[in-house]
Amino acid sequence: MSTSDYDPACLPDLLPLYYRRLFPFSQYYRWLSYGGVSKNYFQNREYQSFTTQNELEKEMQKMVPYKIDIGAVYSHRPSQHNAVKSGTFQALEKELVFDIDMTDYDDVRRCCSAADICSKCWTLMTIAIRILDRALREDFGFHHLLWVYSGRRGVHCWVCDDAARKLSVAARSAVAEYLSLVKGGEETVRKVVLSDPIHPFINHSLSVVERYFQQYAIVDQDILGSKESVDKVLAVLPEDILSFPDLAVSFKDEKDPMKRWNLLCDLVLRKKSNSKKGGQYFDKEIMLQYCYPRLDVNVSKGVNHLLKSPFSVHPKTGRISVPIDLKELDTFDPFEVPTISLICEELEKPRAEEAEEDDMKDKENEQEAGERRRIRDYKRTSLAKYVKVFDRFLEAMARSRKGEMLKKSDLQKDF
Amino acid sequence: MQFPGRRKKLIGSSQNDLYDHCLQFYGQPPLENISLTEFETFAVERLKLLKTVENLGVSCVKNSEQYTKKLDAEISKFFFNKEDGISEYEKRRKDHISHFILRLAYCQTEDLRRWFIQQEMDLFRYRFNDLHSKHKTDFLHKNNLKYETVSAEEKKSLQDKLIASSYGLSGTKVEEHDVYKVPFQDALDLVRTRKVYLLAGNAYIPHHEIVTIVLNDFRTRLSKALAMTARSLPAVQSDERLQPLLSHLSHAYVGQDYSIQKNIGKISLEQIDALSGKSFPLCMRHLHKALRENHHLRHGGRMQYGLFLKGIGLSLEQALQFWRSEFVKGKVDADKFDKAYAYSVRHMFGKEGKRTDYTPYSCMKVILSNPPSQGDYHGCPFRHSDPELLKQKLQNYKVSPSGINQILELVKGMHYQLACQKYFELTHNVEDAGFSLNHPNQYFTESQKLLSGGRDIKKEVDMSQRSQENPASVTRPSQANSKQAHEEMGDLDSFFQDE
Repeated sequence: MSTSDYDPACLPDLLPLYYRRLFPFSQYYRWLSYGGVSKNYFQNREYQSFTTQNELEKEMQKMVPYKIDIGAVYSHRPSQHNAVKSGTFQALEKELVFDIDMTDYDDVRRCCSAADICSKCWTLMTIAIRILDRALREDFGFHHLLWVYSGRRGVHCWVCDDAARKLSVAARSAVAEYLSLVKGGEETVRKVVLSDPIHPFINHSLSVVERYFQQYAIVDQDILGSKESVDKVLAVLPEDILSFPDLAVSFKDEKDPMKRWNLLCDLVLRKKSNSKKGGQYFDKEIMLQYCYPRLDVNVSKGVNHLLKSPFSVHPKTGRISVPIDLKELDTFDPFEVPTISLICEELEKPRAEEAEEDDMKDKENEQEAGERRRIRDYKRTSLAKYVKVFDRFLEAMARSRKGEMLKKSDLQKDF
Repeated sequence: MQFPGRRKKLIGSSQNDLYDHCLQFYGQPPLENISLTEFETFAVERLKLLKTVENLGVSCVKNSEQYTKKLDAEISKFFFNKEDGISEYEKRRKDHISHFILRLAYCQTEDLRRWFIQQEMDLFRYRFNDLHSKHKTDFLHKNNLKYETVSAEEKKSLQDKLIASSYGLSGTKVEEHDVYKVPFQDALDLVRTRKVYLLAGNAYIPHHEIVTIVLNDFRTRLSKALAMTARSLPAVQSDERLQPLLSHLSHAYVGQDYSIQKNIGKISLEQIDALSGKSFPLCMRHLHKALRENHHLRHGGRMQYGLFLKGIGLSLEQALQFWRSEFVKGKVDADKFDKAYAYSVRHMFGKEGKRTDYTPYSCMKVILSNPPSQGDYHGCPFRHSDPELLKQKLQNYKVSPSGINQILELVKGMHYQLACQKYFELTHNVEDAGFSLNHPNQYFTESQKLLSGGRDIKKEVDMSQRSQENPASVTRPSQANSKQAHEEMGDLDSFFQDE
């Protein structure tokens, strides 16, 4: 087994170790402090704000937070909150965030429900990431996206461009609505409605869904296997398709779900050519209803909304909220994500010889010792590759900020 | 290396500089001095225009032929100068100044602001759409709306995608008309509903949609400006010359005030019951009924109804007789009436000129001031009655269910005067009232005009006799009525002039 058994009861013992030796403070601080603006956090439901990395480290090591949620940047340091009139506090900047939660798909996944996930339904997250990542980059022009595994049953996206951080509530809500296709709650049977003309965004999304649909929906989820699930699929179709005599007969005769699906698509095509009304896309609607990302608009809308921080520990599963490398997206396995128990265990493993030399160096220069040791420490654990993903993300941000500053100073330069 | 500051070249006359386009965003307040007369005239005329915009916006489909024709007429009236025509500069100046004056009157409460913004937006939308395409682009550039047009090559390469994203776009349209590239943050409505093509953070907006964007910009700017204006209002209001004008404007009644009585004595007391059903607006019908039933009305009701009766032509003697006979049926004996109530009736008929307090109340006044409490019957039923009770009342008065629904819709939208106008139309069986209701006495006059089939007021006597004999004959074929109403509209102007 690649992950140690995690017992929530051990968390109080493991967390201090995590924050002392494993948590990637320098990268974290870098991320949070771009633009030289101080951020504030909630830890254990208390306001904390920090202006230096040292402050951040010391506080977090002292507090040993069980939960770190990140909120907006405020215009005054919250510790002055009581002294300043409440009207002057305004959330100035906050990343644009998205939260995809597997429980929102409970009506269309058969393998699991509620907080459970498995490799079969994880594909939904893969699809969601592909669709949203493309749209945020190509349609909206954002560049700096950080996708993070939540630690249990979903993923988060942090859009960190300057332009994204400055978006108004109305703009965030507009972006989220643009990205929403699945509408309606329990009472709504047909949750996706398509009509002519089909917007290019929908076409792009469909091509992603089509890549995965056969394996995911027909095979893994077996949506056209049992009578019960077939009925659910057919429930979204209109009367005139259902009344095609071929349908009932063919489904009786044909047990192969893939063939059943093809049959369904044929019927839709036939109806389309017969009908005067253009644009009937029931097959596409079904694919989207079963696979298209479901995001909570309220999370993205709220400038004051809190979202779990990357590299925090999920208390129920013990897994670290790690950044996801999009280059390896199809092979990402949430069950391979290290737990805090695992990486603490890895820490205890006997060290190689080079390590002893480093120890000597450390004794000579105590100041940087702590820093170096921590870097060596996480490098010895399964956390290493995820910190690398974070590093690359930060590099890209730093490069583009440099580019921006150069541009600005060029414009202002005296000749 | 430093360049010396560039000196601005004076291009043409200062007039052209100031108003370089027939439309504007009203960004800069006017800086000149004007007379109080011009101040008031400009403001009142723009207010009439905005009220027409409101009325048309509710009664016609926007951009329908009817709408455009009527609004065009009203706009021409606004810009019309009775002397030798009016220069383009003077038109733009009037537009500019009148807008800013109304800002002063309409910045004070949320309701007033909302109303003002809505009408100004509708007016702007109409005028912008009316512009020639070149002038539209001109306007955008002059107002720093950084909307680049997309090059022909880019348009061609994106053609299919553009057609698939935007409503009403065809291949030819894409080729012939401009497509604008706008940062997506400036086109949120289109983004939210996915009605536009997005690429690299830009929304590609076809020419005909650009007005939505421009309007949003207009609304945002005006909203901010009004908030700022409200803050500086106390300084303005302290100017004694302006304060009464401004408060008069925001309680806008811009027509006849019925303070000078016409046709005194033309109506007999016996006619009032019948008239209340046929020609009284709902508020007065309500008050009359309450008076008949309870033999009493409280002060608010006495004022509102009493002044109305004065306005329709009751003489002082008639009024005294009317009120006394009713009150005496109740708990008040003749002596008490003479001591306590007669005095106030005589006051209503005060001797000296126009005492603003004793002019019959306009709709605005009835709607906005002195809301009724338990035991009161005054106010505006469309504003102050519970919708359920209003519905029942209308049912009792035999208004059709669909008519009641229309009225309730208008009430929901807070268009109380339009609701009353609709009541007029339904009870007189006409499609178009033919006037813009602002005053209960106006309702009465218009009703009488309609029922008598002509302008001649002297006919009222005949008419009232006729109505006594034949109460059911009031309805006429609606075509004839609306035709008349339309002809009469042209003559309506004279009603707005003091004789």
